[in-house]
Amino acid sequence: MDLIYLLLEKIFPFSWVEFNFMKNAFVAILLITPLFGLIGTMIVNNKMSFFSDALGHCALTGIALGVILNITNYSVSMILFSVLFALGISGIMQSEVSSSDTIISVFSSTGIALGIFLLSFSGNFAKYSAYLVGDILSINKNEIFILLLILILVIITWILLFNKLLLSGLNSDMAHSKRINVKFYKNLFSVLIAIIVTVCLKWVGILMINSLLILPAASSRNIAKNMRSYHVLSVIFSVFSGIFGLILSYYIGASAGSTIVLVSSVIFFVTFFVNKIK
Amino acid sequence: MSYKKCKCSVKIEDLHVKNILDDINLVANHGETLALIGKNGAGKTTLLKSILHSIDFTGNINFFNSYGQKISKPKIGYVPQRLSFDKNTPITVLDMFCANLSRFPIWVNYSKKSKEKAIFMLEKVGAEELIHARIGQLSGGELQRVLLAFALDPIPNILLLDEPVSAVDRKGISKFYSIINSLREDYHMPVILVSHDLGHVVKYANSYALINHTIIETGCAQDLLKSHRVRETFGIEPDERDETWI
Repeated sequence: MDLIYLLLEKIFPFSWVEFNFMKNAFVAILLITPLFGLIGTMIVNNKMSFFSDALGHCALTGIALGVILNITNYSVSMILFSVLFALGISGIMQSEVSSSDTIISVFSSTGIALGIFLLSFSGNFAKYSAYLVGDILSINKNEIFILLLILILVIITWILLFNKLLLSGLNSDMAHSKRINVKFYKNLFSVLIAIIVTVCLKWVGILMINSLLILPAASSRNIAKNMRSYHVLSVIFSVFSGIFGLILSYYIGASAGSTIVLVSSVIFFVTFFVNKIK
Repeated sequence: MSYKKCKCSVKIEDLHVKNILDDINLVANHGETLALIGKNGAGKTTLLKSILHSIDFTGNINFFNSYGQKISKPKIGYVPQRLSFDKNTPITVLDMFCANLSRFPIWVNYSKKSKEKAIFMLEKVGAEELIHARIGQLSGGELQRVLLAFALDPIPNILLLDEPVSAVDRKGISKFYSIINSLREDYHMPVILVSHDLGHVVKYANSYALINHTIIETGCAQDLLKSHRVRETFGIEPDERDETWI
């Protein structure tokens, strides 16, 4: 880690590198953003953006349960709850109920309300409100290590399973005829999103996390020609808006998360109009 | 040739799907197109899904090769009515084929072998020029031909078509069925077709099965419009049938 600090100080001769929290945030963003860029493509493909949003909301109930059950590390209860929730919703989506978005919305509303209800019971909800907005500047070295592990996990999954996942999303019966276990792949993907959303929640925030997942992929979709350029552009947009947003927020003095999302939004609208002009 | 002795390809016995299908007994033969007809909600697509084993059912579905030997793990080619992807998704025809042909992740690169194979498959349906086209931008007829080529690798023991031409223009329809006919002849492939267009059934199928939660009637496709029950189901008057349906 010290080596990385030293490198950053050599590369960037600016005032923000003087602070360790900025350097930590910088490294964290270098890990989180490619992750979001990759996984966002499939979320957008499979029309699951509402699903990932609901997962973030339900994580609040996970925290509340952690508090009630006296689990010191909330991440454990959050991840367990999110994974259960993800499998439940995934089951509903696969049953092909036409109004699955309504059902997801019901779950999502219940999740966030129950979370706030349980957490405010003791009268100190303010303590947990950080989860709503998140704070990338609060990340420490151990947490960065966890992010690195997750990034590796996602890249391995993406290399081994992407093709099958893609075909499952195209048409599940057609994938079935190619002997793909559609249910398994869809559930696995849901669990993967659940883990990523929940782990990153603390630093990115419930309100912001879905924007970071969806916007780079949505921007890339505007101009990409095939799956390869779709992925490459999505990761580039994601990393660029992360880094640029973080540094910008330092000089402006705004919150890092919101600045990053705003940079992503600008990229989205630019690509949207570029596509229209073509 | 010996395979002609046993023509049976798929034998469905006592098939039940909860609330949808009841007591289905049906046989599809090698080298023949069997059309499943019936009103909306009669269970035609559900029957196809049962053959694909993608839904739960009770009863037996057995597959046989052209020598009459049972196939335990049949290869099934399935051409869906549509894809569930968003039209704007940047996925090309080549992407789809390579995702199926190899485990190598297509977002990294395509293997040369897969690409050659994809071109080879597309040539069979005259769609090789569409290889770099985005799937969402194909016309109805082009998409169906691409999906057909996709269903043909590996060469399936049976081909299932679910309303394959519902979004295809007249020229595309005859092109599509002529490909199906030549496949049937070349590979002696059995085809099960779900269609709501009786004209197509008479023209392109060999036999038909009228379904309304169970098999109402089976027969030779040429005699379809003579059937009292078919006419009753689709509400065809005897004198208007020629102009309306053929």
